[in-house]
Amino acid sequence: MPDPDRDIVVMTGIDKSFPGVHALQNVNFSLARGEIHALVGENGAGKSTLVKVLTGADRADKGTIVIDGLTVSPRSPLHAQELGISTVYQEVNLCPNLTVAENLLIGRQPTHLGLAIDWKTVNARAREYLKQLDLDIDVTQPLGSYSVAIQQMAAIARALVISNAKALILDEPTSSLTALETAQLFSVMRKLKADGIAVVFITHFLEQVYEVSDRVTVLRNGSLVGTYQTAALPRLELIRLMLGRTIADLDDMTAHKIESSHNIAVDSLLEADDLGLSNSVEGFDLSLHAGEVVGIAGLLGSGRTEVANLLFGIDKPDSGTMTMDHTPVKNFSPAASIARGVALCPEDRKVEGIVADLSVRENIILAMQAGQGWFKRIGTREQYQIADRYIKLLSISTPSADQKVKNLSGGNQQKVILARWLAANPRLLILDEPTRGIDVGTKADIQKLVLSLAEEGKSCVFISSELDEVLRTSHRIIVMRDRAKVSEFSGEVDEKGIMQAIAGSAS
Amino acid sequence: MRNSFARIWGQLTESMLFLPTAVLLIILIFDFFFIPGFFSNLRLQDGHLYGSLIDILVHGSPTMILAMGMTLVIATGGVDLSVGAVIAISSSVAAIMINPTIVGMNLTDPRLFINNPQYTWMPLWLVFVVPLIIATLCGLWNGMLVSYWRIQPMVATLVLMIAGRGIAQLITNAIQIIIFNDTFAFVGNGYILFPFALYVAVAVFIGAWLLTWRTSIGLFVQSVGINYRSSFYSGINERRVKLFAYSFCGFCAGIAGLIIASNIRTSDANQIGMYTELDAILSVVIGGTLLGAGGRFSLMGSAIGALVLQATLTSMLSFGVPASAITAVKAVVVVAVILLYAEQTQSFLRGIGKVSVRQEAAR
Repeated sequence: MPDPDRDIVVMTGIDKSFPGVHALQNVNFSLARGEIHALVGENGAGKSTLVKVLTGADRADKGTIVIDGLTVSPRSPLHAQELGISTVYQEVNLCPNLTVAENLLIGRQPTHLGLAIDWKTVNARAREYLKQLDLDIDVTQPLGSYSVAIQQMAAIARALVISNAKALILDEPTSSLTALETAQLFSVMRKLKADGIAVVFITHFLEQVYEVSDRVTVLRNGSLVGTYQTAALPRLELIRLMLGRTIADLDDMTAHKIESSHNIAVDSLLEADDLGLSNSVEGFDLSLHAGEVVGIAGLLGSGRTEVANLLFGIDKPDSGTMTMDHTPVKNFSPAASIARGVALCPEDRKVEGIVADLSVRENIILAMQAGQGWFKRIGTREQYQIADRYIKLLSISTPSADQKVKNLSGGNQQKVILARWLAANPRLLILDEPTRGIDVGTKADIQKLVLSLAEEGKSCVFISSELDEVLRTSHRIIVMRDRAKVSEFSGEVDEKGIMQAIAGSAS
Repeated sequence: MRNSFARIWGQLTESMLFLPTAVLLIILIFDFFFIPGFFSNLRLQDGHLYGSLIDILVHGSPTMILAMGMTLVIATGGVDLSVGAVIAISSSVAAIMINPTIVGMNLTDPRLFINNPQYTWMPLWLVFVVPLIIATLCGLWNGMLVSYWRIQPMVATLVLMIAGRGIAQLITNAIQIIIFNDTFAFVGNGYILFPFALYVAVAVFIGAWLLTWRTSIGLFVQSVGINYRSSFYSGINERRVKLFAYSFCGFCAGIAGLIIASNIRTSDANQIGMYTELDAILSVVIGGTLLGAGGRFSLMGSAIGALVLQATLTSMLSFGVPASAITAVKAVVVVAVILLYAEQTQSFLRGIGKVSVRQEAAR
């Protein structure tokens, strides 16, 4: 129950929609003074939207926010700062070419008689602020000369100084830190906690959740799953909550899947043997067959996308070999992959998928045209025929094939990209997070489509953050962890085993 | 009735060609009312058409040709500042191939370096082909810097913009070469009813249009300009597309160089084609292709853009603006045109159609 003496922030019934996506649905969140509160969930779960609503970067459609006993609605990050909520982002937004002291006191430097800046006091104060965080560095050096960890702490110090923050939000602070730096940051966080400041800690690293946080809030698909005492929540249970696997959703697709598993080809289409790339993904073995859906499960950053990028030739491997149709693959590039009959529907729809200003038709025929080369242009009438066929097949809702794809909703944009790859008529289709950020109905459509493609004899690789989706569509499941393939499951669904493999321990 | 006006107006204002055409018409209407004889001085004389309108077409031809190449470069998200320098190189190469004596080539026959209108050192077809090859290679160089070495287009082409004139002066020994050959001079001065240069410009336009829209190059150029990562993921060789755009731009600059040198019968490495890169960029911008962002492009728009610039210049001269003040007046016109493209003006224009629908509905 919310308690104004204990809770610095109470958010109730927060609802937020973007065109095509219901980003937050009736989410409750409370933050107590002097606690470290982890916020976890897969991509698209709504973590960042929740934080944006709290810091005023976005306005909630519904719901109330109470900060320090007052009902408010933060209008902007600046306004939120005045209310005592500060955020430190993953990329430190300070000026690396100014000194540490300048960064800390910029805009509020003490002066001699209101004229010249009193540098002695500036530096002394900066040192004092940093000492509060147990940090003793030369504040007259440029900020950029220090490690990311130090820069982040400077950003934290600035947040505390400037806004006299009562709550601090750390958005993925540890993603670019070494183990030592992370430990350093954690000791700062514990110190803040001891001083009565509330810390929201957003991370993908579950060990860190257990190491430092008192409570953990889990979001999934824009809904609140729950808030738990970290110490009392087994790790496996946390993963189950994040991935949203419930026995009840096993529906008729399972039967469909078992049925379709009969026409999986014996001969392999693509073989990867110890295929890997340093700093990306460790060598893995994989064989893909026509008529089969292979799911890749794992948490974000576990190496799922890296596997897809290697198979499609976005990245060139520096170890191992890949053969397709028993012929060694030498030319790793998207163009060569398309020529071989491989397609990748990439993870980041906006950056790697759509070409926003082109029409739906042009987006759909793009890969097919790239496969045909510069001089064999697909005729305009044929382009319309192809576009109209896929608009109907995937029920893309668009006024016409000439609509610019940027005017479509997220789910429809995703379908356009799927159509682009289906039009290229690949034998192997790799789908990286094809259902991210789209509504439930479309998700089911896409899952069914994947199974029917396999039935037609295509080989599919299905990558998703949502375990139930992977379980429902895949004949075989690869589990990735820490940028390496850890295990492979086929036949009977061993849900517990998969989750343990994802988590990396039996606890 | 009004509804159909709204629909047609809506389609018109949506079209990329609407604004450039409108601007050109405004300038011509201004000329019609304020410059006596601007239209009526059009006359047929010895089988040639003369007049202010023809002046606009013939003097606008080199810019129109440059704008074709520049359109593709800008559509990929780049820019080419070196076209003026490439003009200097191509005209210098052509001049030296016609009349090399002046650079101290030891030719014994004294007749050769005097004003013989038939004389050319190299066969004429080579005089046309070699400069174009060299100009295309200049563009290829720019394309290499931009696509393979990942240098910012503005910086990459600045290199050749500065170095190009130096190279041209090396070729001609920094001497102005007068071109006496009549056949070569026909390209920039000759008439077949219309000025010959105009035929070249139209041919380049048609060639560029066929090359982009009868193949998939146009689609790929736009796709790369809008989102090069998505294009890469879709199997488009983004580097090769850029390489092509810059090479084509160099090729167009080569043609423009030949026309200009032929027109003034001189190759002056230091001055020829000065600031033409800016005219070419302006033509493309007036034509509706977004500078910096790239993406959707219109060759027709760019061609009309080049005519807008030339019409402004010709009108100013006819109107009696002193030559020394021309650039200042041109700047004012350009600013006025660019303001037309602002989002506010655009939505105002679109609003005109909607208002009429609302009036209809109110009735």
